[in-house]
Amino acid sequence: MARVVVDVMLKPEILDPQGQAVANALPRLGIDGVASVRIGRRIEIEFTGEPDLDRAREIADKLLANPVIEDFTVRLEETDSGESAR
Amino acid sequence: MSARIGVVTFPGSLDDGDAARAVRIAGGEPVRLWHADPDLHGVDAVILPGGFSYGDYLRCGAIARFAPVMESIVDAARGGMPVLGICNGFQILCEAHLLPGALTRNQHLHFRTRDQLLRMEAVNTPFTNNYVAGQEVLIPVKHGEGRYVADQRTLDELEATGRIVARYIGNPNGSMRDIAGVTNEAGNVVGLMPHPEHAVDLLTGPSVDGLGFFTSILKHVAGAPA
Repeated sequence: MARVVVDVMLKPEILDPQGQAVANALPRLGIDGVASVRIGRRIEIEFTGEPDLDRAREIADKLLANPVIEDFTVRLEETDSGESAR
Repeated sequence: MSARIGVVTFPGSLDDGDAARAVRIAGGEPVRLWHADPDLHGVDAVILPGGFSYGDYLRCGAIARFAPVMESIVDAARGGMPVLGICNGFQILCEAHLLPGALTRNQHLHFRTRDQLLRMEAVNTPFTNNYVAGQEVLIPVKHGEGRYVADQRTLDELEATGRIVARYIGNPNGSMRDIAGVTNEAGNVVGLMPHPEHAVDLLTGPSVDGLGFFTSILKHVAGAPA
């Protein structure tokens, strides 16, 4: 079975204060050398039938991402449920 | 007959009661609208109140935008009906693409609740005609995601066409160009992050400066051709 994965990220020019807060916390873990952190959202969609990338793109465009501030990518991903049909 | 002003309740709305009360104090007749009912019940204008519609899941306002009542409101707004979105209502109007831009996480990441000084700018809208341009008003803000963002071209256009409704004096959230409220090209749709419905009497608010939004819409409806 395959699922569709949608990744939503703030556009590069949009400030990400959450990412900045995480980046600022890293030195407290003893980690340095990190230039920046940006936080996005991963959405997994499972269709009842065959995975439908066009449908997923429509869902992403209309609901999952706000095109004013966010970009998205859509891809297929094999699930690792032990009993694959093939 | 007093103007009938619709106030929508979504699952998670908080300020629908206060918005309806503000309409009543201003002298109008509040009409409660329900998110799942596409019927606008013949109202003259609509207010989308503050709160956390649908738990603010995904993005603030993203799911409310697809509520049955919103389809009717989007159609009515495109036809010229006055619509005011307050706080979460502003977020919903941006998500519905009735207003440009978006509201994002406050720059400092803190939820901000305080009495906020604003400067009124666009006073030609149905919700601001009782103010004068440049007037300073004290109206509460309470939000975690109120930072107005839009691309430079949109911001320039909003300024050039006089579509910024109010700006913060002392920016509480990092909003671009201190924007607290904007209106659409036609001027009938207004979004405002602060809460005028919480500033309509001195017992519960810091001022009565918010009442003007509600008296403005009543004046507009009374003066509008039938």
